Amino acid sequence: MFGLNKKDTTLLIAVAFLALCAPFILNPFPEGSSLAQFNAGYPDLMQRFVIFGIFAIGFNILFGLTGYLSFGHAAFLGVGSYSAVWMFKLLGMNVLPAIALSVVVAGLFALLIGYISLRRSGIYFSILTLAFAQMSFNLAYSVLTPITNGETGLQLTLNDPRILGQSATADGGIPVTNLLPGIEMRDTFTMELGPWLFQFNTGYYLCAVFLLLAFYLSVRIFRSPFGLMLRAVKSNQQRMYYTGLNTRPYTLAAFVISGMYAGLAGGLMASMDPLAGAERMQWTASGEVVLMTILGGAGTLIGPVLGAGFIKYFENIFSKINDSVLHGWFGFMPDGLENALVFVSHFFVGKSWHLTLGLLFMLVVTFLPGGLVEGGQRIGRLFRRKSAEDAKSTDVKPAE
Amino acid sequence: MDAIILQILNGLDKGSAYALIALGLTLIFGTLGVVNFAHGALFMIGAFCAVTVQRVLNFSYETIDPSQTDFLGNPLVVKTPYVFSWFGPETGASIIDWSVPLAILFAIPVMIVVGFVMERGLIKHFYKRPHADQILVTFGLAIVLQELIKYFYGANPIQTGAPDVFRGSFDFGVMLGFDPNVIIYPYWRLVYFAFAAVIIGAVFAFLQFTTFGMVVRAGMADRETVGLLGINIDKKFTIMFGLAAAVAGLAGVMYAPINSPNYHMGMDFLVLSFVVVVVGGMGSLPGAVLAGFLLGILESFASMNEIKSILPGIDQIIIYLVAIIILLTRPRGLMGRKGVMED
Repeated sequence: MFGLNKKDTTLLIAVAFLALCAPFILNPFPEGSSLAQFNAGYPDLMQRFVIFGIFAIGFNILFGLTGYLSFGHAAFLGVGSYSAVWMFKLLGMNVLPAIALSVVVAGLFALLIGYISLRRSGIYFSILTLAFAQMSFNLAYSVLTPITNGETGLQLTLNDPRILGQSATADGGIPVTNLLPGIEMRDTFTMELGPWLFQFNTGYYLCAVFLLLAFYLSVRIFRSPFGLMLRAVKSNQQRMYYTGLNTRPYTLAAFVISGMYAGLAGGLMASMDPLAGAERMQWTASGEVVLMTILGGAGTLIGPVLGAGFIKYFENIFSKINDSVLHGWFGFMPDGLENALVFVSHFFVGKSWHLTLGLLFMLVVTFLPGGLVEGGQRIGRLFRRKSAEDAKSTDVKPAE
Repeated sequence: MDAIILQILNGLDKGSAYALIALGLTLIFGTLGVVNFAHGALFMIGAFCAVTVQRVLNFSYETIDPSQTDFLGNPLVVKTPYVFSWFGPETGASIIDWSVPLAILFAIPVMIVVGFVMERGLIKHFYKRPHADQILVTFGLAIVLQELIKYFYGANPIQTGAPDVFRGSFDFGVMLGFDPNVIIYPYWRLVYFAFAAVIIGAVFAFLQFTTFGMVVRAGMADRETVGLLGINIDKKFTIMFGLAAAVAGLAGVMYAPINSPNYHMGMDFLVLSFVVVVVGGMGSLPGAVLAGFLLGILESFASMNEIKSILPGIDQIIIYLVAIIILLTRPRGLMGRKGVMED
């Protein structure tokens, strides 16, 4: 289907199912129950899952296929956000032209940076992209203030021209982003099903559609002769040179495509919440997408999406756990043990959840270079071998 | 002329920090072939060694002084640091005053141990892995170290003062025969520069004039042959890692009075010091030092108002711009050897 083989079609359908049913899947616990804090099915968070999923898919096209580790990818996301917000300021509140412009601008920006950076490979490439991204960040903070509004970040105001829309709504507020007149990004339909509460948000579904398109395109790229060429670059670029082939156009194309993905993510981010700040371009933001891709599994199709979802989920859920929640969990234990456990787990949750992330990331890089996907495959293999050897021992759960 | 001298002086302290961190990075890269993204974190740990020493020296016990009252009318609670009662108030006060220089003594063993643990516990397993993996795992480690520091010391910068003698500034211009009040320079920055020069000199002397240093240099040139001669080069390189960590840590300790330590200072310096290493040439120790000072001075020149009015924003990007130009035109850097990491 869609020019994919059976396995990839299954994968695409699985992703489509997950994306469309996310409001159900992410809200498994009834409202008001003690586990409700693990629910992630609210629009803001779901949008972030999907947007960072797109960002990571794009990064994976560059890093997973060619092996070029870019440490400045957030610059494209930032540029995308800025162009989208400018579209909202000048043209109107419709998101589609804004997203289109952000993809185009990010693509052009990636073409420029990629053309220069790809002259070098290995660590030099990483440092070149890092230098470009930091330059963009510093400039956005200082000299480019007329365009980027410096530290405050670019925001909509009541004085914007908005030639295709209106500067202010009838009641004097700033208009909100919409898909068509009347379909606003923030529209949320709430469904109550017994004690459960499910929220369906227009913005989220727009993002989800883009995620599916992005995922489909990435599958096609992975399976195309172009994708094969990129893999060849990763495994042995020298040999490609010897056969008389210039790999630069291919790597540059991969760089620009992945920059456009980042621009799309930036444009969507601005469409959901029309503001853009320079901190989105900082190198720690670039590091985050690297974390997501590696954690999920670089070079695999589904890995980056999983990694993005994983990190964003734990960022939200882990950072919400505080001491009283911990005491609630360990309350059944003797006091001394309870306090000791709370003290230890305090390191890993709440504000210092990045510690957990860093440790997890180190473990993954060290022991599971293929990321969570490889972990899943290993577990799968373990199960299969076990069931072949001894049908009775299938209930053994491997430690993860 | 005086403006030029002032900018050179201004560039020296940042340049010293860049040079020290880049020196450590290059030591690690040249010996072990590891790209260490956690090196900025070592610099930060050094700075927090200074904070720790200052806090430990300020540990106090409380006594109630009935002769005085606080604003509520209760007897006043007086805090006396323990060092006061051990060494007497005057010596005690000067010990606390000199806490940053004293922290050097504390930082050296701490940093060497941290370096050993890092190398033996983690980095050892990454020698044979690609550079990208090394970058990633040390990046993860940097996050972990940063979060640990944030957990224990909070997210706000912590003021760590220099000794009273070195506080304030002096008129450097008068000494050179310029008009007074033209070149004003803080004492501590001069101290920092001198300190950096001593450390850099010591590292070079160590590598140049000791047998150990000779072996290490030989190992940097050809690790395999040195190994075949029956020398346990891995052990020597581990020691070098500890040494590089100590250099970064000392750079951090002495930097604490210039810039109040905060948990992300390591990350802030890391990117720049990588740029410095690349500009100087991967694996070249003199290149790292030269590039550190050059870029520090260049940065301070770029922040002159005269230059900023011609090229707005140049002070923010000058270092990256130089790095990009160097990488594109001369990838082995200023003093890198031909053929080393030149792809």
